[in-house]
Amino acid sequence: MNHKATEPFVRITKRDEIAAWRGWLIRLTSLVLALAVCAVVIYVIVKLNPLKVYGAMWEGAFGSSKRSWVTLRDTMMMLCIGVGLAPAFKMRFWNIGAEGQILVGGIATAAVMIYCGNLMPTWALLLTSFVASCAAGALWGVVPAYFKARFKTNETLFTLMMNYVAIQLTSYCVALWENPYGSNTVGVINQQTKAGWFPPLFEQQYVLNVVLVMVLAVTMYVYLRYSKHGYEIAVVGESERTARYVGISVRRVIIRTMTISGAICGLAGFLAVSGASHTISTSTAGGRGFTAIIVAWLAKFNTFVMILIAALLVFLEKGAMQIASQYNLNDYASQMITGIILFFILGSEFFINYRLVFRGKKEAK
Amino acid sequence: MESDEAAVRMRDITKTFGSTIANDHVCLEIYRGEILSLLGENGSGKTTLMNMLSGIYYPDAGQIIVDGREVSIRSPKDAYDLRIGMIHQHFKLVDVLTAAENIILGMPAEGRLDMKVIDEKIREISSLYGFDVDPKQKVYDMSVSQKQTVEIVKVLYRGADILILDEPTAVLTPQETDKLFTVLRNMKNDGKAVVIITHKLHEVEEISDRVVVLRRGRFIGDVATKDTNAAEMTNMMVGRSVSLNIERPEPKDPQPRLLVTDLTVRDIDGVSKLSNVSFTANSGEILGVAGISGCGQKELLEAIAGLQPVESGSISYFDPNSGRQIELLGRTPHDICNMGVALSFVPEDRLGMGLVGNMDLSDNMMLRSFRCGKSVFTDRKKPHELAEHVVEELEVNTPGVSTPVRKLSGGNVQKVLVGREISSAPTVLMTAYAVRGLDINSSYTIYDLINRQKEAGVAVIFVGEDLDVLLELCDRILVLCGGQVSGIVPGRGADKRGVGMMMTRLGGEAAK
Repeated sequence: MNHKATEPFVRITKRDEIAAWRGWLIRLTSLVLALAVCAVVIYVIVKLNPLKVYGAMWEGAFGSSKRSWVTLRDTMMMLCIGVGLAPAFKMRFWNIGAEGQILVGGIATAAVMIYCGNLMPTWALLLTSFVASCAAGALWGVVPAYFKARFKTNETLFTLMMNYVAIQLTSYCVALWENPYGSNTVGVINQQTKAGWFPPLFEQQYVLNVVLVMVLAVTMYVYLRYSKHGYEIAVVGESERTARYVGISVRRVIIRTMTISGAICGLAGFLAVSGASHTISTSTAGGRGFTAIIVAWLAKFNTFVMILIAALLVFLEKGAMQIASQYNLNDYASQMITGIILFFILGSEFFINYRLVFRGKKEAK
Repeated sequence: MESDEAAVRMRDITKTFGSTIANDHVCLEIYRGEILSLLGENGSGKTTLMNMLSGIYYPDAGQIIVDGREVSIRSPKDAYDLRIGMIHQHFKLVDVLTAAENIILGMPAEGRLDMKVIDEKIREISSLYGFDVDPKQKVYDMSVSQKQTVEIVKVLYRGADILILDEPTAVLTPQETDKLFTVLRNMKNDGKAVVIITHKLHEVEEISDRVVVLRRGRFIGDVATKDTNAAEMTNMMVGRSVSLNIERPEPKDPQPRLLVTDLTVRDIDGVSKLSNVSFTANSGEILGVAGISGCGQKELLEAIAGLQPVESGSISYFDPNSGRQIELLGRTPHDICNMGVALSFVPEDRLGMGLVGNMDLSDNMMLRSFRCGKSVFTDRKKPHELAEHVVEELEVNTPGVSTPVRKLSGGNVQKVLVGREISSAPTVLMTAYAVRGLDINSSYTIYDLINRQKEAGVAVIFVGEDLDVLLELCDRILVLCGGQVSGIVPGRGADKRGVGMMMTRLGGEAAK
């Protein structure tokens, strides 16, 4: 009859609020652990020295001045999309249509460059492209928002389907603007005149990208945190019923916020075409509209934290490309590394909110 | 030896959630053939303690001994194996299934499922204890009290002989409560151990044999009900003596403030929620609204607040300053506010409607006032000051004004909400179930606040569920029955049974 009660081996208990430095310590630990696990994986699968592989990744992202600038440019692109998604997701509007919004923004920019390239001075071309890409992105954002506000359609499916419309539209435009004939690409637009290209500032090609996106990021931070609109977005996101109860017009907030969100994503298309590739294709967005969702959520919509996360993701991408070419690995090996690192970073949030209690260990008083 | 008698013995149970100590070395015994009341204010750890018996939580320290044997209850299944069953405050039933299907849900069964045998067994249990349950009835067709019955039968069907009920009367009418108590007494006489968690003293006195009091997670006392009284139990529960009378000052110069005529509301499916409701709410007076839950109370308040589309009727507001008559029907909450109508509304769903759970106190204060001023930026200073003022004035127990309100206990959440709503100097104050789930202390704070508003000349509409409170607090009581006005009675001298009858039948006994 001497039945000894057994305690479960491990239990999960909720943590108190922990100090910010401990939170960051946990995140840092997770990053170190991720690198360690990656090292084992690299060694076991491809029999390479992990340190050399990490070195190659660093090389790929920051190996030369040009590479560093490209990494910076792509970080800014990612940040721009993240900034665009932030208000929508803060409103709990699941905008997975950034991909399409970028593409239509890119189409608008390319159209301005092709049709007005010889008619206007650079500043006017840039301004026109800026406005046109914003308008196109906003349109792509407002359509699902209107239907959501008016008929309660599901915005996730709607924005997703808008992506396919944008891709088809891009294919059409590529065929329309094909250059040279038969290449099935648009080629570099205005290669000789460089009309509509971002002009170099301080003798650097991508300074304008950085300036533009940083201004956006700071503005968005202030908008979300201190403006009345930002407050309305937060209330609608947390509880539509509370919003209605205090007299906020939920419809208007949804439509207004998606206009802004779409416009900024459209602007990312402007950055991609005018400020980076100077061409347009169906891969202009290249999945970044989806990756940026991770950027926005992980940063909890804080645009400054987004810079860090965007930089990390772009670094991983550049590094992965480098090791793939340097060691003749295929894409999957590098994607595994990216996957492991992201998994650990996301997992660290769990340990920030909860802790494990093992059998036999008594709670501290 | 006494230890052999106890069905359950909990020893030095401790449970913490982060830095909050929910239970601090609590000891408790449960005996067969006895009804035990577990009494305590909100947040005193009653439910947590019982959740550890039913396998929802696992204690951090301490022992649980069932029938003289130390056990480890890791899941609700372990609890059922020890014949412990708990009826939770929020029912866990599948709406589209029948009573019988819900009862057997999740139980291991061999061979063919024979509903006839199951129905028979359910009827047997029902007749043994005096339940009224039809095994073939679908849950969505059931009243709240019937759903509760199904929950109890579900636990008995699984062979439980130690039953724990978490605030079972919170959702019942007085008549339904009487019925439940009869059933509980039958179970006790059958030798079952029954625990009811409650903070209502008159129920403790009426039903239980023994009462255990918890305060702030600590065990305070264990007394036989017959040896104690309401005042003593309150002292144990609150830690100091509290006056149990609700004040009711005479209304001063009541003037019509809100005139509702022939209000008819249908929901989106076209089901009538309110039909031809007419009444007047006067300034300096508390108008109580009584009724079984879901009889149109919510729709009535939301219609006045501009949140509920109305089919026909009118809602007129008499402006106390200009004497103008303003029609509120068809206006949005924003319009109503812009017309200078100072209408405050404390809704039933505090965190889902009145407040934003994830926002802090000071951001929640802003909900009503953030539009003020021409600036595109919000003014954070005034709400911050208001939050500090409310915390101080209403004794809100919070680490600070930058704590998310969802982390506060029920009573404190309500204080924050009521504090904000009365801060705008309303002329009409509507409250829906203002003290639901609140402990004695917080409840009396809220009654006090409402009375102060009344004395300041505010027209108060108080939707309540506890008839005792309505009868003590309100000047007039409007009784709703199925979306219609069953009658309006003066609060002074109203008879509880009479009002109870009016709740269940239009016009009450007279209409028989």
